[in-house]
Amino acid sequence: MLYSLSTPFSNFDFPYPTVMSFDHSSPETVLVIEPGERPLWGELSDLLHYRDLLYFLVRREVTVRYKQTFLGVFWAVLQPLATMVVFSIFLGRFARMPSDGIPYPVFAYLGLLPWGYFSGSVQRCSASLVGNANLLSKVYFPRVLIPLSAILAALVDFLIAGVVLIFIMLAYGMVPAASSLLFLPLTAVTAVLALGLGMWLAALNVQYRDIQHATPFLIQIWMFATPIVYPGSIVPERYRLIYELNPMVGVIEGFRSAALGEPLNWSSLAIALASGVVLLIAGFWQFRLMDRTFADLV
Amino acid sequence: MSTPSIRIENLAKRYRVGGPAARPRDVREAFAKLVATPFRRLRALSAEPSSEDETFWALRDLNLEVRPGEVLGVIGKNGAGKSTLLKILSRITPPTRGRVELRGHVASLLEVGTGFHPDLTGRENVYLNGTLLGMRKKAIDRSFDAIVDFAEVERFIDTPVKRYSSGMYVRLAFAVAAHLDPEILLVDEVLAVGDAEFQRKCLGKLDAMAQGGRTVLFVSHNLAAVQKLCETALLLHEGRGVRLGPASDVVRDYLSTREGDGKVARFDTATRRGAGWARITDARLLDESNSPVGAVACDRDLVIELSVETTSPSAQNTLRGLVLELIFCADDGRPVLSLMNVDDAVAELPSSDACHLRVRLAAPTFVPGRYRLKLFLGIPFMQHVDEIDDALSFDILPPESPWRPYELSKSHGVMCRKAEWHCEARTRP
Repeated sequence: MLYSLSTPFSNFDFPYPTVMSFDHSSPETVLVIEPGERPLWGELSDLLHYRDLLYFLVRREVTVRYKQTFLGVFWAVLQPLATMVVFSIFLGRFARMPSDGIPYPVFAYLGLLPWGYFSGSVQRCSASLVGNANLLSKVYFPRVLIPLSAILAALVDFLIAGVVLIFIMLAYGMVPAASSLLFLPLTAVTAVLALGLGMWLAALNVQYRDIQHATPFLIQIWMFATPIVYPGSIVPERYRLIYELNPMVGVIEGFRSAALGEPLNWSSLAIALASGVVLLIAGFWQFRLMDRTFADLV
Repeated sequence: MSTPSIRIENLAKRYRVGGPAARPRDVREAFAKLVATPFRRLRALSAEPSSEDETFWALRDLNLEVRPGEVLGVIGKNGAGKSTLLKILSRITPPTRGRVELRGHVASLLEVGTGFHPDLTGRENVYLNGTLLGMRKKAIDRSFDAIVDFAEVERFIDTPVKRYSSGMYVRLAFAVAAHLDPEILLVDEVLAVGDAEFQRKCLGKLDAMAQGGRTVLFVSHNLAAVQKLCETALLLHEGRGVRLGPASDVVRDYLSTREGDGKVARFDTATRRGAGWARITDARLLDESNSPVGAVACDRDLVIELSVETTSPSAQNTLRGLVLELIFCADDGRPVLSLMNVDDAVAELPSSDACHLRVRLAAPTFVPGRYRLKLFLGIPFMQHVDEIDDALSFDILPPESPWRPYELSKSHGVMCRKAEWHCEARTRP
């Protein structure tokens, strides 16, 4: 202190005793800041250190999402349910869309449920960095946590909508097959696909806001290239190979087969998994190329 | 000599002028550039912009070492590179060149309450904010009670923070940061928020951290706080470190070179109200040798010089009969003292079309801190002739000679006066 006097009163204004000790013998952590990319191992160890933050970010997403809404968490159910009803009326009943021998509403819901998770994740993910601009410009933390928390938070909606699936199936006199346990790995594949794509879009969205206009559009087109409201079996055999290059084909058909206890199409699932891993690596790469400059661009 | 906590070598940061705008931001712009100047576009696309005029160096070749336990203040004008330096040290933005070594756990506080969400409760925000600042959940669990205690919000800890008063909000946010317990603390202008009592508490906490051997880097516009808190200070000017030394010396240097702000304020373009047939043209704060300064110590006379003139030179319009009022306001805009020329019988404005006035307020004046001067010229009960809200800002510095055993802080009021005291010994009846 600059002008404290050596009287017994000099501490009067500071009722905070110097209780903190500084342990010079503790192992030193040296942080080096240099231009260019950070070493990968440094980033991974940071991720580990900030794992609690991931939990609280997800919790914030989940808590805030339906705050001050009248229907609350029922929104998570309403969206796939209402879509299912509309499609069942117009496509199932009026257009007599085939549904591989199961009631059309069940068929449609089984597609809409995982698709809702995928599209919701990708959209929330791609908007996540721009939406958290204030964090990016004020504090350091591994940026990957932002898109990652968006993906994980969307899982809660998926879970709630999944419970409704059971009731819909029961209402049509069907019981979910034991192979429904495959929902777990299938959800993981979906999450990997969404995260890979989402990270890529989120990073680009920081510099080019075109992404936020393009994403809903992309998702909409993608939905019709995926067997959600129609069965994959109506696609002619000669186009099947190209069709299955869409990784969501394997995923959606996988969910449906798992719930109904039918054999899975492993080749299309392998495509989904492989493209998921490729997307994840590519997305992470793109993200890493840009993540140090987010604060300057956002 | 121990190893420095912070070692900065040739640190430089370049921004493209106007941020990334120099790069084509959309297809239309890219196309326009392509047609207009094909070579420019090629250059803009390459990672290294080759022409200097498209870029701006926020920091240029800064070298600095900060010892463990040192409290370093960083001062300088807006745009001098203070925030850039802090953002690089906080790892928010990468440097363009150079190297920084930080020894020990770093916590940076560029804003109070980063990540606070209005819909979350106090408790939830403490955890979110704490983990954002790099704390582990266990560490927050341990200091949770202390945080709530420090913030004085026990009763409202499970209430969404949007129902908090702004004071409670800021207290809670700072409390989290105060319990980070890092070895190196980087602080930006966070103390500009909150009331005087709270600011005192924050400064006290920072001081306690420094006493405990923490290294603190403190960026501030509040020169009185820098002088109070820091032993040494660094003055940045246009991205370069121009002076490093004892805080009081560096602050004095800075004030004597600072232009515009605090020295001579001219009001050619100022926002003003009033009839306008007479105007206050400039105002300045003077030191003992009558040269304009930006700050005076609180135990020195405060001298302000003003010029007033009529706008249309005609015989009827003279300054006679006008009242001039100086209103001193604290940093938060609250008026604390009004001086009028009619307070002094001899200070009537002359029957001419221009005049100079000198106002001397005898020491002691105000408690150290930043003050603003508001000026008013008019005919009482009849007409506002000229009124300037933010005419002059200046700093009141800590006293040059010993004042009293306690510190002068705004929690003890705003005015500094000395009273006559009488004390008689008696026997208890």
